[in-house]
Amino acid sequence: MCMTCGCSPEAEITLTDMQTGRHARLGAGAHEHHDGHGHSHSHEHGTIIPLEHNLLSKNDRLAERNRGWLAGRGIHAVNLMSSPGAGKTTLLERTIRELGAELRIHVIEGDQETALDGKRIRAAGAAAIQINTGAACHLDAEMAGAALRQLDPPQGSVVLIENVGNLVCPAMFDLGEQARVIVASVPEGDDKPAKYPHMFRKADVIVLNKMDLLPHVQFDVAAFERAARNLNPAALIFQVSATTGQGLEAWREWLRAGAKGSKL
Amino acid sequence: MHELGVTQEIIEVVAGRAHERKVKRIVLEIGRLSCILPDAIRFCFELCSEGTVAHGAALEIQQPSGRGRCRQCGSEVVIDRLPGQCGCGKSDLEWLAGEELRIKEMELA
Repeated sequence: MCMTCGCSPEAEITLTDMQTGRHARLGAGAHEHHDGHGHSHSHEHGTIIPLEHNLLSKNDRLAERNRGWLAGRGIHAVNLMSSPGAGKTTLLERTIRELGAELRIHVIEGDQETALDGKRIRAAGAAAIQINTGAACHLDAEMAGAALRQLDPPQGSVVLIENVGNLVCPAMFDLGEQARVIVASVPEGDDKPAKYPHMFRKADVIVLNKMDLLPHVQFDVAAFERAARNLNPAALIFQVSATTGQGLEAWREWLRAGAKGSKL
Repeated sequence: MHELGVTQEIIEVVAGRAHERKVKRIVLEIGRLSCILPDAIRFCFELCSEGTVAHGAALEIQQPSGRGRCRQCGSEVVIDRLPGQCGCGKSDLEWLAGEELRIKEMELA
C-alpha cells in the first residue's frame, strides 16, 4: 500500500520506455518507507511519546532530491495538471512539433492505464516515458524520480511531465519540478478555479485551452480570470487553443524563458 | 481524497514506535488549509486500526487556522476558507500557517 495516497497493494506502477517498449515495475519493493522505525529514544520511557512526524515528508524529501538532480543537469521540468480531457496531451503534441528540437523536449506521461498518450508523444517526435499508476490518482516524487532516471534527458533540456488527469490530488504532491502549469478548458466551465482552489492556488501558469470553442459554449472568460486571480494573483494566464494554435506564442516564450533560466 | 493513505501512514508510524504496547491516544495536527478532512481520518482510522496496537486509541485532532499575510498592506489575516481576503479587500495572501499535516505525539497505555 502506498502510504501517501492509499492506492492498493495490487496497484502496480509501471514505467514504459516509449523508445524501446521496455517495461519496468515500480513495485512495492521499490517503495522506500518511513525513517525512524524502531528508533529508541530515551524519552520513550514515559507514556507520552512526541513524534512530530510530517505526513508528507517522504514525498517532499524525494521531490527535493529530484530538484537537485534536475538542477545539476540544468534541466527545466514542468508539471502539467488538469482534469481529464482538458487538452494536456494535445498541448504537448503541438509544443513538441513547434519547439521540440529547439528546447530538446522530453516527456513523462502519467495515466492510470494505457500507453496511448506515450504513443502520441512519440509520434509528435519527443522521447517519452509512460508511467501507469494503476489505481493511484496522481504522480508522486518517487515515480517522477524513477522516470527521470530512465528517461535520462540531456543537460540543458526541457522535461514536460503530464500528470494524471485530476484537479484534486496532484496539488498535494511536489515532484521536484521548477514550474506548475494548470490546463483548464472552456467546455469545463468558468467555475473551475472556485471549485478546485487548492490546485489553482499553486499554479505558476494557467493555460485556458480550447478558446476556439468559445462561440459554442457558455463560458465567461472574465469571470474565470477573476476567480483564478482571486486565488492566485501571481499566476500567468494564457488563452490558447492547442488545436488551432491560437495564443500559443506566449506559452512558447514562457517555456523558452524557463529553459534558459534553468540552464547551467 | 488521501485520507485513507494518510491514516495508514499514521498507524504505521505509531505502531512502529509503540513496540507492541497498546496506544491510548494519538494527537494529530491537521491544518484547515491542508486538503484533509478530519472526519474522514476518523472514519478510516476505525477501519484501518483493527487488529493493530492503535485499535481503540482516542484521536485528538487539532486544527490550526489558516493564517496569511497580505502582500498589499502587510496585515495578518485568518484564512478558514479559500481564497481568503484581507480587510483591505485584497486576496493576495502569503500563507503562513494552516497546511500542517502532522502526528504530534502519542500516549501509550
